[in-house]
Amino acid sequence: MFIYVLRRILYTVPIAIGVSLVCFALIHLAPGDPLSAIIPEGASPEMIAQIRTAYGFDRPLPVQYLKWLGHVVTGDFGTSIMTRRPVLSEVLPAIANTLTLAAAAVTFGFLLGCAFGVVSGYVAGTPTDRAVTAVSITGVSIPHYWLGMVLIVVFAVNLNLLPATGMGEGGSGSFGFGWDSLQYLILPALTLSVIPAGIIARSVRGTVAEVRKQDYMQTLYAKGLPGRRVFVHVVKNALPAVLAVMGLQLAQLLGGSILVETVFSWPGTGFLLNNAIFTRDLPMLQGTILVLAMFFVLINLLVDILQTAVDPRIKRA
Amino acid sequence: MISLKRRTLARSVLAASCLVLMTGVSPSVWAQGKPGTLRVAMTAADIPLTTGQPSQGGEGIRFMGITAYDGLTRWDLSRSDKPPVIIPALAESWSVGEADKKVWTFKLRQGAKFHDGSEFTADAVVFNFNKLLRKDTPEFDPAQAAQGSLWSGTLASWRKIDTYTVEITTKTVDAVLPYALANLFMSSPARWEEVGKDWGKFAEKPSGTGPWMIESFKPRERAELVRNTNHWDKARIPKSERLILLPMPDANTRSAALLSGQVDFVEAPPPDVIPRLRQQKMQIITNVYPHNWPYQLSHLEDSPFKDIRVRKAANLAIDRDGLVKLLGGMAIAAKGHIDPGHPWYGKPAEPLRYDPEAAKKLLKEAGYGPDKPVKVKVIISPSGSGQMQPLPMNEFIKENFRDVGIDMEFEVLDWEALRTRRRLGAFAPENKGRHGVNNSFAYWDPDIGLIGTAASFMPVPFGFNWGGYKNEKADILARKAKETFDTKEQDKLLAELHEVILADHMWIWAVHDLNPRALRPNVKGFVQAQSWFQDLTPVTVE
Repeated sequence: MFIYVLRRILYTVPIAIGVSLVCFALIHLAPGDPLSAIIPEGASPEMIAQIRTAYGFDRPLPVQYLKWLGHVVTGDFGTSIMTRRPVLSEVLPAIANTLTLAAAAVTFGFLLGCAFGVVSGYVAGTPTDRAVTAVSITGVSIPHYWLGMVLIVVFAVNLNLLPATGMGEGGSGSFGFGWDSLQYLILPALTLSVIPAGIIARSVRGTVAEVRKQDYMQTLYAKGLPGRRVFVHVVKNALPAVLAVMGLQLAQLLGGSILVETVFSWPGTGFLLNNAIFTRDLPMLQGTILVLAMFFVLINLLVDILQTAVDPRIKRA
Repeated sequence: MISLKRRTLARSVLAASCLVLMTGVSPSVWAQGKPGTLRVAMTAADIPLTTGQPSQGGEGIRFMGITAYDGLTRWDLSRSDKPPVIIPALAESWSVGEADKKVWTFKLRQGAKFHDGSEFTADAVVFNFNKLLRKDTPEFDPAQAAQGSLWSGTLASWRKIDTYTVEITTKTVDAVLPYALANLFMSSPARWEEVGKDWGKFAEKPSGTGPWMIESFKPRERAELVRNTNHWDKARIPKSERLILLPMPDANTRSAALLSGQVDFVEAPPPDVIPRLRQQKMQIITNVYPHNWPYQLSHLEDSPFKDIRVRKAANLAIDRDGLVKLLGGMAIAAKGHIDPGHPWYGKPAEPLRYDPEAAKKLLKEAGYGPDKPVKVKVIISPSGSGQMQPLPMNEFIKENFRDVGIDMEFEVLDWEALRTRRRLGAFAPENKGRHGVNNSFAYWDPDIGLIGTAASFMPVPFGFNWGGYKNEKADILARKAKETFDTKEQDKLLAELHEVILADHMWIWAVHDLNPRALRPNVKGFVQAQSWFQDLTPVTVE
């Protein structure tokens, strides 16, 4: 197990380098001048040249990359062009906000997805299964943006039960678990949970149906185990697959919630990225993408290790 | 017994839900605004820079410039029935040298204080111009310099004459200086010293002389400002105790926040939501302001728009009333570059009109026809400050053009990429083969609105003449306006300049935005000035 974990950790090093390279290259390949946001109106060609030199944009790309990477490994992600604050001091609170939102969404998604998946898996092939499958597919297909607006219209505008946007007066610095804070979390988390719920439901349904066909299930029934004990065995055997799906969903929610965070003005990484894209805040964009990508890599690593711990057959393979 | 209780509880919950559904009564505390606190949803995605010279263009000035800071001059935003004029602010008066028209003397207001209690003097003015333009001084701040560069470029030197007198010298004779100074904001030198001469720390603890004081802010979440009861202008001490600014870039979200009672005042609600807002008794306030939605044209050799007949045909081809309808009435059809109520509109011989048959005739004269349409390519963006609803608007005009024989192709770029291409000019290699750029335009001061756009001596990046437009009459009038210090005389020259560029169809103009704002019924006292800037000091929440 130790060797496996060590090997798995070592694998992440080239992945991290690749991620940083892609992240750097993507920004420089995008159309338009990355420095457009800070080149003032009416700037003379001399001034533009000065700005390019100040930001190191006059150097060859490989040199720029190595210099940027050198700073990044020491924790210096640069300074935001728009806010003049260190990028990391902006990204870290945003990640905390997004993690809060993603964790709530995955929890909702897990509970809904497991419930739907287990029901569907147990009654595979029946009209109930087909109905649950249809609901799951609908969940996966609904655009986040649209669903968010519908929930806002219904619960915030029409029913006036929940706030439409933001994190409340306390904001990210003092987000708590009292109703004052949680009420702001419900609608965006519910919006984000629909896709994980659908995917988890499909995954659980397949696994449960598969597990229930296994020979050892017949043995458990033959031994006279009551239905609820058999159910525990089914869930235990289906768990590794669900964990993998959850890990991926959590990672995707970290970076994939741009529209939902914008719709709900939730100050997380999606909102930050959206803002950085529109204002061409290059250091902020690079820093946020890199940190998110590294989170993705780390979460995959953790899920792999966790899966191995839960299911020893994976390690042997 | 237990089951009965459960049933009773379930019925109670159901009944309560139905009641809420039927009456729309809010059970939440958050939905209630506090009297005396004005909550504003901005279109910006972040809080503008708080150091004095704000980021985010006109919106930054509106919410973080004229709220917490003052300039030497300011716009009079107290009326909605006529375009605002420049009036004294931290400078009580000014004069131009008789012998040398480049030398200005500003008499400063006595008794004005920064929020930290320090006094506003000539030293503060010198400090603030240094922060924008003197790289060799410790107070120079590149971030503020970049944000203020549009208005500070004319300044050559400045010096203190005495505690309340400052002398400013411009690079060339520049009668437009008082307009520019309304956009340059004074930060407290004492606070800058106090925080260790660090603009980053100053941003956390800002100090200006404005009617509001920045109490706290969280990036991308909110800024809270409280009223400055010691403001030098007693008439502008805010009527509300507190101003909360919330970044909400999504237009539908802003409307939902208003409808659900989370905010009191939203900027730019989308046109299709306005009927719903009206139905809910929200106040929809609109006004014309110095804004137009044009195609800035290339006048280079390879551009079909070099031929005035094509330019004129394009302007005749646009069904502006239809476009206004598409926008839910939140715009007015352009009659020219400037709106008719503005002193620079003048008396154009032929205001813009819709006449597709005349357009076809002109194109025929120019050698085009059904088998040989005019082929043009323009740069557009899907969004951006002042761009209104660019995609449906462009599609609408494309149809209009097709009807008369102009085949318009789009190059869609994100907003910042479009701005970069606009700054480069039509003659840049990147813009080869592009015959126009759809960049909304302001005419809030003479330089931006008319002189810098029409004069051939002000090409990009020094001015806004993107397409290499050249007209001798326009050049003469632009130069004269730049050197005329009498405002009325200057207005007359600018009106003449407008008549010239309109007769020459310098650009293609579509509409002027009406800049809607939606306010909850209990918000009182807001007067929407014909300006990019607005004064929130008289606004109250009852």
